[in-house]
Amino acid sequence: MADPMGGAGRLPAVFMTPGTSSFTDFLSQSAPHLLPGAQSGLPGPVTEVAHGTTIVAVTFPGGVIMAGDRRATQGHMIAQRDVEKVHHADDFSCVGYAGTAGVGAELIRLFQVELEHYEKIEGATLSLDAKANRLAAMVKGNLPMALQGLAVVPLFAGYDPDMDAGRIFSYDIAAAKSEERTYESIGSGSVFAKGSLKKLYRADQTQADTVRIAVEALYDAADDDSATGGPDTIRRLYPIVAAVTSDGYRRYGDDEVEPVVTAIIADRSTSAGG
Amino acid sequence: MTMPFGYASPEQQVRDKSEYARKGIARGRSVVVITYADGILFVAENPSATLHKISEIYDRIAFAAVGKYNEFENLRTAGIRLMDSRGYMYDRRDVTSRALANAYAQTLGAIFTESVKPYEVEIVVAEVGRSSDDDQIYRLTFDGSIADERGFVAIGGASDQVTTSLKEHHRDGQPLADALRVAVQALTVSVPPGLPQNGERVLTEANLEVGMLDRSRARRQFKRITGNALAELLAQTATSS
Repeated sequence: MADPMGGAGRLPAVFMTPGTSSFTDFLSQSAPHLLPGAQSGLPGPVTEVAHGTTIVAVTFPGGVIMAGDRRATQGHMIAQRDVEKVHHADDFSCVGYAGTAGVGAELIRLFQVELEHYEKIEGATLSLDAKANRLAAMVKGNLPMALQGLAVVPLFAGYDPDMDAGRIFSYDIAAAKSEERTYESIGSGSVFAKGSLKKLYRADQTQADTVRIAVEALYDAADDDSATGGPDTIRRLYPIVAAVTSDGYRRYGDDEVEPVVTAIIADRSTSAGG
Repeated sequence: MTMPFGYASPEQQVRDKSEYARKGIARGRSVVVITYADGILFVAENPSATLHKISEIYDRIAFAAVGKYNEFENLRTAGIRLMDSRGYMYDRRDVTSRALANAYAQTLGAIFTESVKPYEVEIVVAEVGRSSDDDQIYRLTFDGSIADERGFVAIGGASDQVTTSLKEHHRDGQPLADALRVAVQALTVSVPPGLPQNGERVLTEANLEVGMLDRSRARRQFKRITGNALAELLAQTATSS
């Protein structure tokens, strides 16, 4: 598409029509080809594209932690070592993805604009459930692409002020949404990460403990899944860690994640089983 | 040449439409947009806490309007849609107030020429820059005219009186509290039709709508100041004067 203004002249009618506060709905009328999943009808299954791998989310009293490894793979190759798969969704939520990197990144970008757009038009934020539902609709829109091999699933987590609690929502490729109150993981290493979290999760853990077990779950995933990247101490590439609490979204700096990673490696190196 | 019944010359039509729009706008209360050291301040006299005259548009861009609510609300929504579309299609840094002001100018101009009834609105689009030299303020009127303003601008009913007061008291690089005091003082000087005479009207946090573009904030730089925060800021202006 050319510029939405199409050069000179007044704004097209679609801009001036009252109604939707959803950016996705608006885009489907004004520029449908910009929507993720718009290029359906590819000649055959697509396999040789970058994939993002493991994301974990863990709740604690008053909030939620989300963490993701940094690896993207392409077949048996490592496509990228420093990819970021955990993102700010809005001030009180975060979102990560596993699956086709290109589609996932686009989905998240649209989701971020969707939330901000609603906030600006309505002068109010959506409830956490509404945000989770909007994300489900976007995942559903990607179903034709998923069937051709470009599958992506998001993991959504946020702070719900009505409950004063962190909540986690996960999805499958057909957009079936399910809520988890404790912990959840998606991606190729999720089986190992969930096994790790099952043993480490405590309902009354502090925020700092939660960061530790989230990073440790990624460590366990990387230990057994070739597509999940472990902490790269040589290049100083550590998992992305984000927290959402009543104070809002906060991403941990590398200087905060590094001591957590160092402590885990030190503890694990004394255990016979690794 | 015989004139058809009901013929009005283009000059007459433009004059009539302008007069109609001006009358509509003059009924409303004023809005002041004024620069301060760390950004741009928006102050509107607005008894409603929910029907806003000031709005965020994008990271560094905000909007203020006077006139007919449904008409400027329509333009505000269109502006957010346009800027979000551009930000999604290109990049957040490529979203500029100049593009928005142009779109509004084209749209208002077309509506003024083509419709029987022009929009009874006046709009300000402002963008906060990295330094105060890069701040941009555009004023748009009902016929699509556009003006690039420096330092401050007043729109709405008694904008001439308000502008005179602003011209006298505005200082470049003034702190936030000073800018708010100058703006509130200017709005108090004006006497909207049908309201008590000057001096009897007190503007407080209950009937002021205040927002700002603060260049020290990360990413989304627009912030609304309401309730206690506004009351405190107003109290500061009293001591700073």
